[in-house]
Amino acid sequence: MTSNTFAPTRSLNPFAGLMSGTAGPVIVVVLAIIGAWYIGSVSLNTPFQLDTYERADRTDVPFSELLSDTLSQERPVLPAPHQIAVEIWETTAEKKITSKRSLIYHSGITLSSALLGFLIGTTLGILLAIGIIHSRVLEKSLMPWIIASQTIPILAIAPMIIVVLNAVGVSGLLPKAMISTYLSFFPVAVGMVKGLRSPEVIDMDLMHTYSANRLQTFWKLRLPYAVPFLFTSMKIGMAAALVGAIVGELPTGAVAGLGARLLSGSYYGQTLQIWSALIMAAFVAGSLVALIGLVEKLALQRMGMTR
Amino acid sequence: MTALAGAKDTEMVEKHKSASPDRVIDIEKLSLTFETNDGPVHALSDIDLKIEQGDFVSFIGPSGCGKTTLLRVIADLEKPTAGSITVNGVSPEEARLNRAYGYVFQAAALYSWRTIAGNVALPLEIMGLSRSERQQRVARNLELVNLSGFEKKYPWQLSGGMQQRASIARALAVEPDLLLMDEPFGALDEIVRDHLNEQLLQLWAKTSKTVAFVTHSIPEAVFLSTKIVVLCPRPGRIYDVIESDLPRDRTLDIRESPEFLKIAHRVREGLKAGHSYED
Ligand SMILES: Nc1ncnc2c1ncn2[C@@H]1O[C@H](COP(=O)(O)OP(=O)(O)O)[C@@H](O)[C@H]1O
Ligand SMILES: [Mg+2]
Repeated sequence: MTSNTFAPTRSLNPFAGLMSGTAGPVIVVVLAIIGAWYIGSVSLNTPFQLDTYERADRTDVPFSELLSDTLSQERPVLPAPHQIAVEIWETTAEKKITSKRSLIYHSGITLSSALLGFLIGTTLGILLAIGIIHSRVLEKSLMPWIIASQTIPILAIAPMIIVVLNAVGVSGLLPKAMISTYLSFFPVAVGMVKGLRSPEVIDMDLMHTYSANRLQTFWKLRLPYAVPFLFTSMKIGMAAALVGAIVGELPTGAVAGLGARLLSGSYYGQTLQIWSALIMAAFVAGSLVALIGLVEKLALQRMGMTR
Repeated sequence: MTALAGAKDTEMVEKHKSASPDRVIDIEKLSLTFETNDGPVHALSDIDLKIEQGDFVSFIGPSGCGKTTLLRVIADLEKPTAGSITVNGVSPEEARLNRAYGYVFQAAALYSWRTIAGNVALPLEIMGLSRSERQQRVARNLELVNLSGFEKKYPWQLSGGMQQRASIARALAVEPDLLLMDEPFGALDEIVRDHLNEQLLQLWAKTSKTVAFVTHSIPEAVFLSTKIVVLCPRPGRIYDVIESDLPRDRTLDIRESPEFLKIAHRVREGLKAGHSYED
């Protein structure tokens, strides 16, 4: 117990220092996932490998060879992490951005419609929220529809949006963006309604004593209060918009975009292509969310809301 | 219900117009009952009160006797359930729309995303004053409450007492003829409180403002006021109204004078008799 009084000895243990930060635990978790992944790859790819040996009439294959063979199949059931890494490297760094085989090209296609849909969705969400907090009629008439809209599975409605818009001559970026909009307006609308309604009673009373009108109360009180809510819901909306863009590429049999890569990968059993598209999608979503987080930090700093 | 109240209001307004041009607040048979889940709470019951231009009126009484509620009724933050009230001869709502008063809440209620200067400037922006006028008023009133040099700080960077002073500067910046102050110095230490009491008294004497002031402190009430209203709870009602005959320009040493002590004694007796010490 008395050893507690010698607190500085803690810092002599480098591992303790590592574990006390956020980097340490994250590294441990990542290593654990990669380890589990390799075990999964080996065991899931073994049946096919044994089949191959049998057909080649090879009986006494040493375990080490089996191991390395399961990790280097062309169309593995579960590709190993290093295979995906190589595939991603080959389809990004080693391909021209304009090439149809470049993952960056495909990401760009998906990203542009996700961003467009996100912008429209965020704008729509904010406008809906403003309407809802200022009018009981709007709240009563819109809120049920907004909620109901999200109970319809996106996979069911995406093909219809694409087909209908195509029929009226709208094709390309916009139909996909509409699906992103459909998914991203909801978290923004809900978050903004909450945020715009969050001012304390005393803060509202203060505005009342100044006889501030609705517009002044909105700009000088409600909106600043809602800013943290807006950023939180934009992060959710951004991730949803990306999902929407990918889903939007599936029903049309699109030839470009991450969704198209997923689709053609699954047609031809190209698991490496599927997984690298998945990892890329996760990476893009993570980067966008991190970017919004950065803007949030700067904005809140400017508003004196961070200490 | 509302039509009835409206009719009553007009009637009262007409009566007062012919009454006294210096009457700032006229309250007659005013009651306010909050309907709560635990049944009705009689926050104010049968209040009669007149406040003239230039009065400094203190409200004193134990917690829950309706001091805050009364101030909020004057400010049109609550609607009375019975009786009538006029502010500057018109309904509280109209007075509020005319920006007749400045209100200092019990809590500072500064906006956390605005600097101290930004907070003081808030009502001025809403009033649509020019930038230079706003800057002048902000500087002047921050100086008055000894906060010069803190313009660019955010509220959380200031102590509770400094925040409260900023909120006073914010109310003063509106330059209202009527100041409604709800225990503005309650959170401050003795010395700062004395200083601000003197400042407030000087400001009041200089500008002939009318002040309605809620306090828990007997010396503060007696030192500041021309009229002291002692309230008692359950239901919240007026127990005693004491007109002070202390001279208008006072300094802190007046607190040792026999006249001062006599008034303080009467306030204390009023509080006791209202059974305010039982809780
Ligand atoms: N909004 C409200 N709803 C219900 N009861 C209230 C409300 N505001 C005040 N009260 C009650 O009214 C009474 C008077 O409150 P208040 O005016 O705040 O007293 P004071 O300021 O003198 O301490 C108290 O019993 C309080 O609980
Ligand atoms: Mg109170």
